[in-house]
Amino acid sequence: MTSVIDVSPARPAFRLSRAFHGLERLIVPALLIAGWEAFARSGMLPPALLPAPSAVLHALGDWVFGFDETAQTYSGHWLRDALASALRVFGGFALASLLGILAGVAIGWSRLFEKALEPTLQMLRPIPPVSWIPLAIIWFGIADKPAIFLVFLGAFFPVLMNSIHGVKTVDHNLVRAGAMMGATGRQMLTDIVLPAALPSIFAGLRIAVGSAWMLTVTAEMVAVKSGLGYVLWDSYYFLRYDIVLAAMISIGLLGYLSDLGLKAIMARTLRWQQTTTVQGRAG
Amino acid sequence: MAAIELRNIVKVFSDKRRGRDLLTLDNINLDIEANDFVCLLGPSGCGKSTLLNIIAGFEQATAGRTLVDGKQVERPGSDRGVVFQQPTLMPWLTAIDNIAFHLKLKGVAKAERHDRAMEFIDLVGLRGFEHHHPSEMSGGMNQRVGIARALLMNPSVILMDEPFAALDAQTKLEMQEELVAIWQKRRCTIVFVTHSVDEALVLGNKIVVMTKRPGRIREAVNFDLPRPRDSTSPEFNDAKRHILSLIREESTRLAQAS
Repeated sequence: MTSVIDVSPARPAFRLSRAFHGLERLIVPALLIAGWEAFARSGMLPPALLPAPSAVLHALGDWVFGFDETAQTYSGHWLRDALASALRVFGGFALASLLGILAGVAIGWSRLFEKALEPTLQMLRPIPPVSWIPLAIIWFGIADKPAIFLVFLGAFFPVLMNSIHGVKTVDHNLVRAGAMMGATGRQMLTDIVLPAALPSIFAGLRIAVGSAWMLTVTAEMVAVKSGLGYVLWDSYYFLRYDIVLAAMISIGLLGYLSDLGLKAIMARTLRWQQTTTVQGRAG
Repeated sequence: MAAIELRNIVKVFSDKRRGRDLLTLDNINLDIEANDFVCLLGPSGCGKSTLLNIIAGFEQATAGRTLVDGKQVERPGSDRGVVFQQPTLMPWLTAIDNIAFHLKLKGVAKAERHDRAMEFIDLVGLRGFEHHHPSEMSGGMNQRVGIARALLMNPSVILMDEPFAALDAQTKLEMQEELVAIWQKRRCTIVFVTHSVDEALVLGNKIVVMTKRPGRIREAVNFDLPRPRDSTSPEFNDAKRHILSLIREESTRLAQAS
């Protein structure tokens, strides 16, 4: 009887894809940009309304390096603008992470904290952070503080919710095992509940860093006179859509980089998890 | 003084959703001597795990007293090592760190923790796997870590809740032999919950047969067949016949009652 198991080597198509390894992530962006460039050059829309990618890149280049003043007053100031935004993101995000994890773990672990804090926090949660802008301005004025406050509001709730969820879903047998080995109440939190909740907490942090960039830019468009969001809104007033687009690209890029950084920290911290998850599969 | 004394233990679970109470353990009295290997044998739902959890301190009896080494059990503690049905290891810790977790909680320095844990790594035959995470090891290996973790605390009693139930037949046999060897070498008191008559006969020198709902002790059988035990020998089968008849009586009684 012949075997029906196919033992022939991997198909050629599979090897071809290996040759493109690394290039595969560039295909979609390259096609998008090429299509956009072709459309912009076709003249169906005035160039002022839809700048071509080459024009946007030119504006971005001058904004970053200041070679020919295309970006006018912003020429060569990109680093300063990006840094202003990044510091607000970092400040608000750090504060939100710290308080979100603390409050989340407390609410998840203790009935007392849950009863005392959760109704208030859950009532505040549906209020869009943007609707705090008027109050943020009258409380903190026009500067870094209202922006950091807004970033905090946007980043706090994802961290809080995921921390609560992470703690509440810890296997109660792990807690029993800890008690059996003589863990004190504090050790139970620091040595068992917190590490067990970390995957969920990290999921919250990653959502939060995205919200943080969104709210920094929003705040800068309204309540601050510096940063990428401010440049974006200011350029809109001067009909410089190439700079508007350059600012959008900068925000996307920095947001992506902050997520990559967070992912790297997560991969190091949660190395124990990788062999059991889809994320850790080969290839 | 017995190592474990159970006096008139009653456990009632209140089923709030259905608004009724369920009598799970009905007046359990049992003395377990030091260095005994006791198997609690009974069908699913007879309350044997509940009884183990009461000794462990995970659950409180509704009435009655539980004494371990003469002291009333109030909460879980490292004087009673528990091996769970699932390994229940900390998934973020390696085998050696899981075994030494009790020492870490006590604030022992890392080098000494590892020195002391290595002895138990060897005892359960896991040398070479000490830096593996639970997710990188098989169910049997993880259960060895669970046993080593309980042994390292040097508890006066070890409580085991069907620890081999999830293992394949061959691994189960190996683990049973090793457990007996460890028990003979280290002289400790073991309470082992199982629903398998064969497992109880291979392991225990005292087999406590429990009845189903409410859980009562049907009979405590002393079984001193020399080890290693031959599960095909006449003595083994005599004991097996006796225990099976106890269980069969019980199921006919239940069938008639219903």
